[in-house]
Amino acid sequence: MSHSQRTKVTNTIIFIVLAIGAIVMIAPLLWMLSTSVKEKQDVFALPPVWIPEVFQFGKYKEIWEAGPLLSGIKNSVIVAVSVTVVGTFTSSVAAFAFAKLRFPHKNKLFLALIASMMIPYPTVMIPQFMMFSKLGWVDTLLPLIVPGLFGNVVMIFFLRQYLLSVPDAIIEAAKIDGSSYFRLYSSITFPLIKPAVAAQLILWFMGIWNDYLAPIIYLNSPETQTLQLVIANFNATYAIQTDYPLIMAASIIALLPVLIIFLIFQKQIIESVAISGVKG
Amino acid sequence: MITKSNLYRKEKIYGYLFILPPILGLLIFTLFPFVYSLYGSFTDWDGLGQMNFIGFDNFRDLFTDELFYKSMYNTLFLMLGIPIGLVLALLLALGLNRKIPGTTTFRVIYYIPVISSLAAVSIMWNWAYNGDYGLVNQFLELFGIKGPNWLMDKDTVKPALILMTVWKGLGYTMLLYLAALQSVSRSYYEAAELDGASGFQMFRNITWPMVKPVTFFLVVTNIIGGSQIFTEMNIMTPTGGPEYSSASIVFYIWDKAFKNLQMGYASAMAMILGIFIFIVTLIQFKMNEKSSFDGD
Repeated sequence: MSHSQRTKVTNTIIFIVLAIGAIVMIAPLLWMLSTSVKEKQDVFALPPVWIPEVFQFGKYKEIWEAGPLLSGIKNSVIVAVSVTVVGTFTSSVAAFAFAKLRFPHKNKLFLALIASMMIPYPTVMIPQFMMFSKLGWVDTLLPLIVPGLFGNVVMIFFLRQYLLSVPDAIIEAAKIDGSSYFRLYSSITFPLIKPAVAAQLILWFMGIWNDYLAPIIYLNSPETQTLQLVIANFNATYAIQTDYPLIMAASIIALLPVLIIFLIFQKQIIESVAISGVKG
Repeated sequence: MITKSNLYRKEKIYGYLFILPPILGLLIFTLFPFVYSLYGSFTDWDGLGQMNFIGFDNFRDLFTDELFYKSMYNTLFLMLGIPIGLVLALLLALGLNRKIPGTTTFRVIYYIPVISSLAAVSIMWNWAYNGDYGLVNQFLELFGIKGPNWLMDKDTVKPALILMTVWKGLGYTMLLYLAALQSVSRSYYEAAELDGASGFQMFRNITWPMVKPVTFFLVVTNIIGGSQIFTEMNIMTPTGGPEYSSASIVFYIWDKAFKNLQMGYASAMAMILGIFIFIVTLIQFKMNEKSSFDGD
């Protein structure tokens, strides 16, 4: 066999292995989707039924009455949108200052922020909880929202690195022209870093949308719970009745928003993750 | 007239103004709670009454607490998924780095579990591991194997969780490896080929050293992430599993702090977790200093 033929054979084998792997990766999620449109008795059928004879979309109607799904979505949207919008603003302004403005102790303060990433959430969650409970904020969305408004260190770090590659000359020229510092950020820097900001914002949004630990600590009553807690409760309640189509339909609803965002922005997201990871 | 020093003073003020929110956030939501947690770990804090200073009693109690050892052991055991995930991901990335059709589609498919909500996929796996009609056992049945009731058996609950975490994180690891592989210059391989190097030799002498920084980064971040595992067990084994064999350290902290209101005791555990993560991160920083930061 010639060299190019051998490469062809190898590539075909690798393609097949990757395809099998991809099927294994996606199968559980497809199973989830298929279960959500099945009759209850089909769920337990042996051999498993992947494509039901009749698609039952009834569960997608039922879930809205079975639990506080709608308020769960609303709460998740409130938390995720308010945090990412305000937090992205504070983060990008701070990143601009750290990258482009001169002031004493700048690098020390930046290092302090970076160092704070070493402190994991579980080590501060107990005093944070007590703090918010003293304020009477437990069982409201505020403990999930307020800390995020002050910015996100990962995002600041990423945007600062990105801004370092923007030439100082542009900024200096605008400074001489007497442009205000906020305008330097809003009309010169921000447009330049928009793609990086967008990718970071989406990643952050997904993180908040999917968060479970903080919500489970703070939220008790069904009407304040975020979507992830609502579906976890669906699982606890309806598993006893083995109503898996219902549970799976609710879980699909929880997955859908981020899945759609991901599929639209997958190129930017994947690039952003690859860059931040490799440069570590 | 705008003088230079005048301009600089203004720049200073705006600089501080712009970084004020994250610095305040750091003080209020990280530093202050951290110091408080440290203090709390030396008290009998129950979240309601007085905090009495009791010295090292919490830490002494921890060393005789069977459940503490168990949840520590469980957490470390679950990290066996890290090397498994790294090897699988590197193999996948090597495959995806070749000129084959559909690489973008593969990347997207492998990445979908990563962005999926952990709560939702935990629910799904919870059911997939069901002993009677779960997807996993139905699959095994095709080969005539009668699978166990995965989450109800103390011998299988941890492997089951490992399988799930590998599945969840594979796409992320693969992506970082792929990015690293794509930054390796082709000319190295061409030169090695001319010298008659075998495929394995090329992997050992070119690929492996080139992806080493990424491997190291992944090992460290996976250990940090793995030591904080919580959602999976909270949903799949709400009571900590058979004989508490799937409870992680964060699960035990959460249990003690918010269910038993032993805030002081839980803080002591949180401190031990914090120290562990601090050491792992410190090693990373030291190693990063050694490996050359080329310019950026």
